[in-house]
Amino acid sequence: MDVMEKDTATQVNWKMNDAFILNQSLRNDALAVLENTAFPTTRTEAWKYTRLTKIKNASYQTTQAIELTRTVGLDPNAIKLVFVNGHFNAALSSKSLPDGLKLIPLSQMDPAELMALGNTTENPEELFTAINTAYTTDGSYLHVSAKVNIEPTIELIHVSTGEQHISNIRHFITVEAFSKAAVVQHFLSENATDCFCNVVTEIAVAKNAHLTIDKLQEAADSNHFIGTENVKQQQDSVFTINTITLNGGIVRNNLNIKVAGSNCETNLNGAYILKGNQHVDNHTVVDHLVAHCNSNELYKGVIDGKATAVFNGKVFVRKDAQKINAFQSNGNVLLSDDATVNSKPELEIYADDVKCSHGSTTGQLDEEAIFYLRARGIGEHAAKQLMVGAFVGEVFEKIENEAFLNRINEILTERFSWNID
Amino acid sequence: MLKINNLHASIDGKEILKGLNLEVKAGEVHAIMGPNGAGKSTLASILAGREEYEVTEGSVDFDGKDLLELATEDRAREGLFLAFQYPVEIPGVSNVNFLRTALNEIREYRGEEQISAKDFMALVREKSAIVELDAKLASRSVNEGFSGGEKKRNEIFQMAMLDPKLAILDETDSGLDIDALRIVANGVNTLKSAENATIVITHYQRLLDYIVPDFVHVLYNGQIVKSGPKELALELEEKGYDWIKAEFSI
Repeated sequence: MDVMEKDTATQVNWKMNDAFILNQSLRNDALAVLENTAFPTTRTEAWKYTRLTKIKNASYQTTQAIELTRTVGLDPNAIKLVFVNGHFNAALSSKSLPDGLKLIPLSQMDPAELMALGNTTENPEELFTAINTAYTTDGSYLHVSAKVNIEPTIELIHVSTGEQHISNIRHFITVEAFSKAAVVQHFLSENATDCFCNVVTEIAVAKNAHLTIDKLQEAADSNHFIGTENVKQQQDSVFTINTITLNGGIVRNNLNIKVAGSNCETNLNGAYILKGNQHVDNHTVVDHLVAHCNSNELYKGVIDGKATAVFNGKVFVRKDAQKINAFQSNGNVLLSDDATVNSKPELEIYADDVKCSHGSTTGQLDEEAIFYLRARGIGEHAAKQLMVGAFVGEVFEKIENEAFLNRINEILTERFSWNID
Repeated sequence: MLKINNLHASIDGKEILKGLNLEVKAGEVHAIMGPNGAGKSTLASILAGREEYEVTEGSVDFDGKDLLELATEDRAREGLFLAFQYPVEIPGVSNVNFLRTALNEIREYRGEEQISAKDFMALVREKSAIVELDAKLASRSVNEGFSGGEKKRNEIFQMAMLDPKLAILDETDSGLDIDALRIVANGVNTLKSAENATIVITHYQRLLDYIVPDFVHVLYNGQIVKSGPKELALELEEKGYDWIKAEFSI
């Protein structure tokens, strides 16, 4: 047991003591978890294909708020809340909000209201959630009142900058009944190396509410990321999340969706385009607790260089959740001999009147199609680009936010220029 | 325009072409006929630049350029077009996007300006009419869900869009009903000019009723064993390939 103790989360060489936001009792619970929790290894099923050694052995520290000179944001009309190294940055954030929207950094919340947050977090004993709870640098409380349609997009922007800085960001997003909102979670870096961003987002979608989250990960490739979204949907609601990963070192997305009301629609789309030594791991869980719901999951990846992609998608259909339509698909294209994919779609069905399917494909670009394109005068590079674009384009087509799509295209040109050889 | 001299080629160590000679001049239509396995499609594949085949001897001159030295895309940019026997389905890539990319890459190679969106769409309308291709098909994914006849018409539509110097039609007639055959042939005839040339590779004489060749060549056992005027095709139809086999088998 001595060996285990040396391995507990409290043994890491991270300096985070100056930062905590959530209430002291939650923090004490989380610290107790850390005392007794080891870093997962590849022997842990949920981390089988993702090694955390680089994160565990790093010397992270929190910073004070840092000013940024450049502006950030995708859509000029969006409402922005900006965090630099996990700290709220008032200068870059929007000053006025539309009626029906509360968007407050946790650090500026009324202490009594703050006390109410985080008490119902799912899986509080999970290591990175506990770290996040114990050392929350900042985050946001996003609340849409009932029967409101928030027209502008809400952009939560996270910038990492400097060396070996850690951000523990916590967001609480609630969309009340009959309301509609679209949120962007943008993760980027500015002259950052070896930073670590650990984000937990708790999302409640009330009766007949519509919420879309577009998540874009483009921090430079020495920066690591672990993000967890815990979502709970009530009846007649529609929740869509599009997770696009185009850069980063180790990137892990945990998406846990509980569909707790009937007649819900859940859409999970993801695209990852990787090269170099990137490692991207998407773990999703859709838990159908009740009947008459639809979920659609589509994740596609293009992997070049020595990069690795992991997809683990679980769909649960509980005992009385009849008439569920649940579809899940993961497709991968490997562009090099050293690229790796570990894909594991899983269905667990306890109801007997459901329509569920899942599938996973991994392959190379169709050589015959490339020859056909070249025979029409299209260069090999452009031919591959057309094929790759068509492949992941199916995911991008699901995204409605134009500014978000524009940024994707910019990165594809700048970072990849589809130099696919 | 095209001069093939003593071409030998093999795949997986097996020699398919065994000293093939052929000369095609501008304004001419050549038909290459022959039984299955004679090397007809191999010839088309080698001219288009398929890398599985190894050329062991001989040369191919295309308008003063050593064709065999050029990459597949550069052959197309120099004005060579292959209508595929089996056109490939490419899900997610729209016909229009594909053709605009092709046209612009060819133009860039020739030092010409990119085509404007307006001119391009006008060209699509004009050229799709030649093969009676529904404008809707032009905007669908390349060949995806097309019928056999639509795929072949799409090949000729692409040929019309790219306006090649030399078009090689590889068994374009196979699997076509008489109406589709007429449309395809009419397309090829419309595109014919004094500056371009066509090689029609076919197993059947039927296509040559619609695309009338200036020369007919019989390919057998990796060589052109007989050449003649268009009447040779009729003779072949009448006597069958056994006649050739009997005469030229070693």
